[in-house]
Amino acid sequence: MANDQSPLPRNDAAAGGAVTVHLPAVLIRLFPAAERDVGLNAATVDELVDGLDARWPGMRDCICDSTPAIRRHINVFVDGRRTVLDDLVAPGAEVYIFTAMSGG
Amino acid sequence: MSERVVLLVGTKKGAFIFEGNPERGAWKERGPFCETWPINHVVADDAGTIYAGGGNAWFGPAVWKSTDMGETWTHSSAGLAYGEGVEPISSVWSLAARNGRLYAGVQPAGLFESEDGGETWRHVEGLTNHPTRAEWTPGGAGLILHAIIPHPQDERRMWVGISSVGVFYTGDGGETWEPRNRGTRNDYAPEDQRYPEFGQCVHSIAMAPGMPDRLYQQNHCGMYRSDDGGQTWQSIEKGLPSTFGFPSAAHPRDAETLYLMPLNGDQVGRYVPDGKAAVWRTRDGGVHWQAMRAGLPQENAYFGVLRQAMATDRLDPAGIYFGTSDGTLYASTDEGEHWTAIAAHLPLIHSVETMAVGA
Repeated sequence: MANDQSPLPRNDAAAGGAVTVHLPAVLIRLFPAAERDVGLNAATVDELVDGLDARWPGMRDCICDSTPAIRRHINVFVDGRRTVLDDLVAPGAEVYIFTAMSGG
Repeated sequence: MSERVVLLVGTKKGAFIFEGNPERGAWKERGPFCETWPINHVVADDAGTIYAGGGNAWFGPAVWKSTDMGETWTHSSAGLAYGEGVEPISSVWSLAARNGRLYAGVQPAGLFESEDGGETWRHVEGLTNHPTRAEWTPGGAGLILHAIIPHPQDERRMWVGISSVGVFYTGDGGETWEPRNRGTRNDYAPEDQRYPEFGQCVHSIAMAPGMPDRLYQQNHCGMYRSDDGGQTWQSIEKGLPSTFGFPSAAHPRDAETLYLMPLNGDQVGRYVPDGKAAVWRTRDGGVHWQAMRAGLPQENAYFGVLRQAMATDRLDPAGIYFGTSDGTLYASTDEGEHWTAIAAHLPLIHSVETMAVGA
């Protein structure tokens, strides 16, 4: 049986697991106090962005617009897969936030 | 200490600051600031705090702020947003400061205000809620609120300019607004629809010094003057080389003097007419015009000057400054009689404003 890459569906309201988020250098230049590699708890991409914003107020507005959605020229990869805000994030996930080539 | 002029320049790749000596020479250039973001407008308030509004394709809109003449900057976009499901704001295009309050015009067109020095912003919903809103259509560069003209004394009164929508006015602090475009033209409509209530493409608005109800307007289709706060406009384009241009700058003291930079036309390249640069000056409220060319290139000049890229200082004689699409900054220190290029090779210049220091 092929290894299922999908995050397991959540059927409870427990807090998200610990994940690692890697931020791009160009975003750190806007938030000089931020770290490149951030550990936080989140169950969804949306919660993950909230977690970043709680630490560095204003960061959410740089990653997401008011639709609400991840900004058009920003990509959030969770364990190698490009995601949207509602996507689940499994405990232990590696998350990379990239500025897209299209925005350059 | 003598008063010195500082030029605040917004460009496609960041904000720049130029500081002159008391003679308005020996300009020292610093920048680019704001992480080389596209910066559409840079202004200063009465306390000398500098604000730069722009938008980045990755990270969206923000207003940048410096309290130390550009040495360090912070940025904020808190509250610079419409509601869910509405097209998000992509950029800040205009800024204005009045009595401790800041205003920001954005794309898609709307107005925001801040009472805490740009840290947080509140949407001025009255303008967005105007009954005409559903019919606003974007101009060539987008649906942009690019001009904010606060009344200097009466905080309830303000005019804004929106590309391809027109001039709107509030007399009650932004609760309600009305279009003020009577007499301005839309050439791109059937003949019997050329003077609509709204939909004209205002490019810039200048307020006459000491006469807040005297407004000048450079439109996509013509140049105009109003003596009643924009309720009615009269054409002042006779004598100018075209009806198309972007910036306008009022004299600091003389209500009858205005500076414009007409371009050759909107469909023939949008550069200075015949490849010869001139700033056009009126001394009588637009009845007569004079081309001021000394020191400006008179052949093979194919640049334009954008809607916020010309300004005057408050010294005597008045200084006038403009920035071009090819990244050159020009200055006159004698009311426009003579011009000098004071900087070159800047990124495309979006805006030029002045501030005074050391007074």
